[in-house]
Amino acid sequence: MGEKTLLKPGNYTSENPLLVFNNRGIYCPQADVYIDAWKPVNNCIISHGHSDHARFGHKHYLTHKFNVPIIKHRLGDINAKGVEWGEKIKINGVVFSLHPAGHVIGSSQVRVEYKGEVWVFTGDYKLQDDGVCQPWEPVHCHAMITECTFGLPAFNWRPQAEVMEDINTWWSDNAAEGKTSVIFAYSLGKAQRVLKHLNTDQGKIYTHGAIEKMTEVLRSIKDFPETELITRDTNKKDLLGNIVIAPPSAHGSPWIRKMVPYETAAASGWMAFRGARRRRAVDRGFVLSDHCDWQALLKAIKLSGAEKVICTHGYTDIFSKYLRTLGLDARTEKTQFEGELLEVEKAAV
Amino acid sequence: MKQFAALIKRLDTTNKTTVKVKALSEYFQQASDTDRVWTIALLSHRRPSRPVNTTLLREYAAELANIELWLFEDSYHIVGDLAETIALVVPQTDEREENRSLSQYLEDMIWLKKQDEAVKKEYLQKEWSCLPYYERFVFTKLLTGGFRIGVSQKLMTRALSKAVDIDEDILAYKLMGNWKPQSISFQELVLDERSGDMDSKPFPFYLAYALEDELEELGAPKDWCAEHKWDGIRAQLIKRNGEVFLWSRGEELVTDRYPEFDAIKDLIPDGVVFDGELLPMMEGKIGTFNDLQKRIGRRTVSKALLNKIPVILRTYDLLEYEGVDIRTESFIDRRSKLSKLIEKIDNPVLGISKIIEFDAWEELHTVRANARELKSEGLMLKRRDAAYKIGRKKGDWWKWKLDPMSIDAVLTYAMRGHGRRSNLFTDYTFGLWRDNEAGERELVTFAKAYSGLTDKEFRAVDKFIKANTLERFGPVRSVVPELVFEIGFEAIASSSRHKSGVATRFPRILRWRQDKKIEEANTLDDLKSMIIE
Repeated sequence: MGEKTLLKPGNYTSENPLLVFNNRGIYCPQADVYIDAWKPVNNCIISHGHSDHARFGHKHYLTHKFNVPIIKHRLGDINAKGVEWGEKIKINGVVFSLHPAGHVIGSSQVRVEYKGEVWVFTGDYKLQDDGVCQPWEPVHCHAMITECTFGLPAFNWRPQAEVMEDINTWWSDNAAEGKTSVIFAYSLGKAQRVLKHLNTDQGKIYTHGAIEKMTEVLRSIKDFPETELITRDTNKKDLLGNIVIAPPSAHGSPWIRKMVPYETAAASGWMAFRGARRRRAVDRGFVLSDHCDWQALLKAIKLSGAEKVICTHGYTDIFSKYLRTLGLDARTEKTQFEGELLEVEKAAV
Repeated sequence: MKQFAALIKRLDTTNKTTVKVKALSEYFQQASDTDRVWTIALLSHRRPSRPVNTTLLREYAAELANIELWLFEDSYHIVGDLAETIALVVPQTDEREENRSLSQYLEDMIWLKKQDEAVKKEYLQKEWSCLPYYERFVFTKLLTGGFRIGVSQKLMTRALSKAVDIDEDILAYKLMGNWKPQSISFQELVLDERSGDMDSKPFPFYLAYALEDELEELGAPKDWCAEHKWDGIRAQLIKRNGEVFLWSRGEELVTDRYPEFDAIKDLIPDGVVFDGELLPMMEGKIGTFNDLQKRIGRRTVSKALLNKIPVILRTYDLLEYEGVDIRTESFIDRRSKLSKLIEKIDNPVLGISKIIEFDAWEELHTVRANARELKSEGLMLKRRDAAYKIGRKKGDWWKWKLDPMSIDAVLTYAMRGHGRRSNLFTDYTFGLWRDNEAGERELVTFAKAYSGLTDKEFRAVDKFIKANTLERFGPVRSVVPELVFEIGFEAIASSSRHKSGVATRFPRILRWRQDKKIEEANTLDDLKSMIIE
């Protein structure tokens, strides 16, 4: 669990904040440490393994131990140290610790404490327990740096079980028509979340290489249903009625022609919008996100007890304006984090 | 409602026409009679008028969602569709035992229109809180407007034809006219064979495709007739049993809006149907579409307006004569009956579109080149022996329009699109150069356009806009002037209503001029020089 003790009022000043935003990333001057820097730095704490947060070129990486194999898989031979949840790392008087963010396996919120003042960088996060990664925990703080990818009251996620039931029904409907189901999902996170909850009684689960490799890395941390990699030798007929998990980039590629006849789907928070569903180049859109919806963001901020909130990526202007109406000291900062991309659409460019 | 919402969901999740027809036709086989009639009404632009204005809808929804109005408005700008925004922000807090039918909801809406605000608010907030998401969306869509699910009246008719096994063209005819879903049964509307009381029924319009190939490939010139293509409103004028009826192409009965025709009804013999173009005609000269626009929306027309902008029908076809449907006769035979009839009626309100004589195709090129001076949009080519068909058919009628006029303009403002494009900035405002009083060059807005780029180009422009926003005014952003586009338009006229002093007709983006700098864009004077007075 996160810190439960009530904090004394923060002693931060606007001239000398504990964390600042510079052109390399989020920076702690007192400790000379960056968090999720977007340009190469000496010391960098990494919230999670997605490429807009874990970038190449830092000298030292510090991250949750589950994230170490992920970023090594992605970035190659890097100098990465893994820590436990809540483990305290002290640098020049500043205490850093990582707490579950519930976004993907190994994703953390970064807690930073100096002279009784506590800041939290949420990274990307969700409150819903997805059954795959360590569920999010509230962390008490004075100042919270939060993403707000889906920071609009129009976003309200349905329970995961209902969405997964829709996905399984879609799969069985396609199977009944003798078609292969192809679902596009990020290779880290969404793919395993979908995989974990597919109904394996309905058929076999095939994967694209990118998904297979990342899932293989994660099997050491979590159990997943059996998958079969699609290779040149895979018989086209064997795919019929079964489901394929592929990265968004596979959409429209020659690789996918092997699946004919097939139906495609994408799972993303953006699929809540009819416009996005219609613009997407897939047959079905399922609303499933690894980010907070509106209510979850508000709940997280409330539970943190933060007085000061900095919104980084997403609908930052609207969300921070709303927080100000609640009496919070809220503002926005520009970062290079991307949030949840409209995956298939991006791939189609 | 469940059933209808499921239908809309199915229609909305596919782009395939065959799947849409199948979904609709299955629905038509299963739904109750009253729901079927209402569905036909909804898919043929016969929705009940809006019972609650959108300002109130926003207020009620924001209140129920427990958010301030500004936050609702900001969400709406991003979602891009009012009904969808309402359905998304309002939480379902209750459940209803019975499943109320589509017809019940539509009858509610007719009833609701006459209620006071307190009743409206209570009714809407109750329905919103107990309908599940997709039904809530469809219900709100019924209140606010069109679905844009790519189901044309024609597609609906095809599906219905499959469901009831009645010929599609016969159905198209039956579904036209001024019927009311509240007071007609499915039996009467679709199944019964009609005799009398069909006086107001127009025929389905025959529509032409744009000419694809060279004119010369149509064959021998002697087999063809040519006419100018007038830029007004396509209309059918009917006279049966002493009454006149005027239908516009959107299958809207507009007799009351153009009293010119009722005034001359005694001159027209019974049992005739004309096909022609409504045109504004001032002192013997055709006005602009802008002039006509001032008449289009008016249900009641003042004497002053009637004098200022009189409207005529320039006829070009005769579909019924002496009470007999003559659509299967050859075009040339129908035309000969038409010209005799118009001559006999002898009133300026009913004109005739002249046949252009020509022996060789080359002659038409010259005629077309001068079309703009006659306020014509180009030429229509009709095969002499062709029957009058139903809907858009290839082969016998072709439109051969003028190439649009065009000008290079600078992108100055942008707004998010609607529906399919609600996440992207796709609605643009364009400016042209002019010298202001201080003698400096400035950009003045001249047109808005939101079509003509590929999805890929829209994404690229969207990216530019997001990175080059100067100021935000609600949903509108002003943009660093840097991109140049070639804007095409069909017609141009002076206008005191527009800041630039010029109104263009159907402006759209022809292409993105990535090869041009903004300094090379055209000036307002260039545009004005295109006006033909």
